[in-house]
Amino acid sequence: MQWENFKGDLWQQNIDVEDFIKNNYTEYKDDASFLVSITEKTSKVLDIFNKLKLEELKKGVLDIDVDTVAGIDNFNPGYVDKKNEVIFGLQTDKPLKRIVNPFGGFRMVENSLEAYGYKLNPEVEKYFNMFRKTHNQGVFDAYTNDVRKARSAHLITGLPDAYGRGRIIGDYRRIALYGIDFLISKKKEDLLKYTSIIHESDIRLREEISEQIRALDGIKSMASKYGFDISKPASNSKEAVQWLYFGYLAAIKENNGAAMSLGRTSTFLDIYFERDLKNGSMSESDIQELVDQFVLKLRFACHLRTPEYNELFAGDPTWVTESLGGMLDKNRSLVTKSSFRFLHTLVNLGSAPEPNLTVLWSEGLPEHFKKYCAEISILTDSIQYENDDLMRPIYGSDYGIACCVSAMEIGKQMQFFGARCNLAKALLYSINGGVDEITKKVVVDGVEKINDEVLDYDKVYNQFKLVVSKVAKTYVDAMNVIHYMHDKYAYERGQMALHDTEVGRFMAFGIAGLSVVVDSLSAIKYAKVKCKREDGIVLDFDIEGEFPKFGNDDDKVDNIAVEVVKLFSSELKKHPLYRNAIHTLSILTITSNVVYGKNTGSTPDGRIKGSPFAPGANPMHNRDTHGALASLNSVAKIPYNDVCQDGVSNTFSIVPSALGHSDEEKINNLVNIMDGYFKQGAQHLNVNVLNKETLIDAMHNPGNYPNLTIRVSGYAVRFNSLSQEQKEEVIARTFHEVM
Amino acid sequence: MKGYIHSIETLGLVDGPGIRVVIFMQGCDKRCKFCHNPDTWKCNVGNTMTPKEVLDFVLKYKNYFDNNGGVTFSGGEPLLQKEFLLETLKLLKDNGIHTCIDTAGVIGSDEILDYVDLVLFDIKALEANKYKDLVGTNIKENIDFLDLCQKKNNKLWIRQVIIPTINDNISYIKQLGDFIKKLNNVEKVELLPYHTKAIPKYKRLGINYPLDGIEDMDINECQKLNNLLLDYINDKNT
Repeated sequence: MQWENFKGDLWQQNIDVEDFIKNNYTEYKDDASFLVSITEKTSKVLDIFNKLKLEELKKGVLDIDVDTVAGIDNFNPGYVDKKNEVIFGLQTDKPLKRIVNPFGGFRMVENSLEAYGYKLNPEVEKYFNMFRKTHNQGVFDAYTNDVRKARSAHLITGLPDAYGRGRIIGDYRRIALYGIDFLISKKKEDLLKYTSIIHESDIRLREEISEQIRALDGIKSMASKYGFDISKPASNSKEAVQWLYFGYLAAIKENNGAAMSLGRTSTFLDIYFERDLKNGSMSESDIQELVDQFVLKLRFACHLRTPEYNELFAGDPTWVTESLGGMLDKNRSLVTKSSFRFLHTLVNLGSAPEPNLTVLWSEGLPEHFKKYCAEISILTDSIQYENDDLMRPIYGSDYGIACCVSAMEIGKQMQFFGARCNLAKALLYSINGGVDEITKKVVVDGVEKINDEVLDYDKVYNQFKLVVSKVAKTYVDAMNVIHYMHDKYAYERGQMALHDTEVGRFMAFGIAGLSVVVDSLSAIKYAKVKCKREDGIVLDFDIEGEFPKFGNDDDKVDNIAVEVVKLFSSELKKHPLYRNAIHTLSILTITSNVVYGKNTGSTPDGRIKGSPFAPGANPMHNRDTHGALASLNSVAKIPYNDVCQDGVSNTFSIVPSALGHSDEEKINNLVNIMDGYFKQGAQHLNVNVLNKETLIDAMHNPGNYPNLTIRVSGYAVRFNSLSQEQKEEVIARTFHEVM
Repeated sequence: MKGYIHSIETLGLVDGPGIRVVIFMQGCDKRCKFCHNPDTWKCNVGNTMTPKEVLDFVLKYKNYFDNNGGVTFSGGEPLLQKEFLLETLKLLKDNGIHTCIDTAGVIGSDEILDYVDLVLFDIKALEANKYKDLVGTNIKENIDFLDLCQKKNNKLWIRQVIIPTINDNISYIKQLGDFIKKLNNVEKVELLPYHTKAIPKYKRLGINYPLDGIEDMDINECQKLNNLLLDYINDKNT
């Protein structure tokens, strides 16, 4: 009955959401004129949300549940405004009340609570510590000295060794399509299948499947407390959204991962919406109400984090990334009316950083959809774009983006998140013999100092290769330890229950400061870089002459960027990974480029000690002087396939008047920019259309800009929630304009 | 053969249709008082490029052009480097690139116009004495070039900078309308608001700023005049 009028059979025998979508979705090629405005019910819930958020902004956090520990079914049901809510479920019993999750690390919880003036229930504290070891404790039992040194020198930082790794996307659609009971029965079949007990990994897998089954029972029980029986498939639109949301809700009750992404749900849900539109049980307004209220619930998602964490990743991000659009194959797009409806929430609910709306861009997307995306980008600065034509050949047609730029097949692949290595610092180590320029301690052993006054390119680059090979080894060691322990002490059983039992794993390494390294090497190669030493350590540089800079589409320097990422990637790949994961690499900093810069001495490109790096793969601030396309082309040269296959983040800011005269021109031009950029083989683009003056004014008069949202690096953020340093860094970025 | 190039903007979105690589050529014989690129005035100085180098540069951006973008030669006065421009335009057309020149007209440009898809024609002033005062050269060259474009059926965008106190009045707009309505092949008429952003450039170059004291043209007022002009031209036509 729930599957009435649905076509196809593969998906009916086995879990195969992709096959279900392929057989049942309705592509939409027309324009946005069908969209409707917000309903009265949604307005009422939205009003409460806005009020609570304002209050939260003043207090830091609204409330914390200090008596309970994170878990799928550990909290009583909570409501915002029961009679006006259409989709139900909160993380705790009250809106924006945060969860204590000590499984990642206890100190992190203590610091967070203390920062906001809360204290954990002493009984919980006593017994948790008495009986339970954390991920963080496990990691530090196994870390080597090299890892510890690299961590404390800020060479490798942001590692998920004291907080949840996130970056895992449960296939939440499975609950709507199949119901919990079917999913449990499939996992039970797997238990009967995997009976060979030879290696530790065989035992681990059987334990994990059992944990997954327990989690599925937990999700069912949690839903029942809201009055829903999700043991059977969803039978209509409302149930489909609700069932799916319960899956996501379970994930954010159980985990405090850095990025807790949603996946690719809009086209899946559209199948239910279309069926109900056809049978007359739903109107367009009813459907938009469901979408708005679902998205509003996603905006309620929050986690308890420390002030240090906020310094790295500003604005309390949760990365509820939803991937929209993309192609099924060369000729058919996966754009449906609901792709529009999700973007339209930015109009109905106002612009906001979450969910992190991500358009999978292809040359073949319907023109009307492309234009609508551009229109909403210009209006809200809240969308990011990623190249479907680049990723689809690798991941197929049912992948999604976790966090900012990390692609994975939904329900079939997951990622071991690994933050990033400060490669600018590694370059300084190659000059200073492995000695840290800030702490003056030896961080990397076995590297000779360069004593030349004027730096020689070949000499520096050879030393850099040596340092990178050593750092890569340390980085892999750290990651293997972290993810072993995370699986052991903070396993994401609810999310993994919504994956195939045999799952593909990526291990995602990262680089911070790429454009600093590249410009520094270029300066050494093409200009004259003199060292200024104190006690034998180079603390500053004098640069004589000009040198080509990354971001101007000049191969002389852009080729250095390509060489550096290939070098780092190949060094990482020399070391085998935990659970046979596949090595990937990202050029993504989020907002941590400010903190990385803060902890790094002066560099040979002329950047002074403590000043920020450019975000992600961006050229350094205002060094891209040949116009936006030259800047975009430089970044597009960084190879994705097999090298930076965890993503290459680029944030692009253009002033409105430079984008064209009329609104229509602006929209068409933005579409052409993205078409062109992605045809160059680029992977990711954040688009901001705004004036620098607006940001400066917002910095001085925050009250006038309560909702000003901008894309930073892989996510959007309320401008007001950035730290002063981060605001200044964003303002100092290149804004492309015309004279 | 080499041309003197002042600079290249890879993302030009306001100098011709679609996305355009704008090549600012070095050298100009005019001295428009409202000029915002005084650094392009001097002839035969600065960076040089061959026509082939320009082509190779432009081809790097072909993916962005879609069906309407391309190259715009601006300046400076692009028509002062005729041989170079002709050679470059031929290469670009051979490679299917849409070409545009942003000019106030130079005589003897006959063959060049065969390789130009669109002329952005700058009207500076309509009366000889005012033209002389504002531009420094004779209006005849400007008019002769426009006649040539008409003879050769070149598509035209007419552009006029609107400067407060000088030409931001309705009678001038009507005069301009009367002038434009006599022309063929006009695809677009753009009034561009005068701005003072170039003052620091003049200071750096040690040149006195000729329009000292005149403020930026209000963008909305300029848009109003533009609408008025379009209405006027259309009414006259019907």
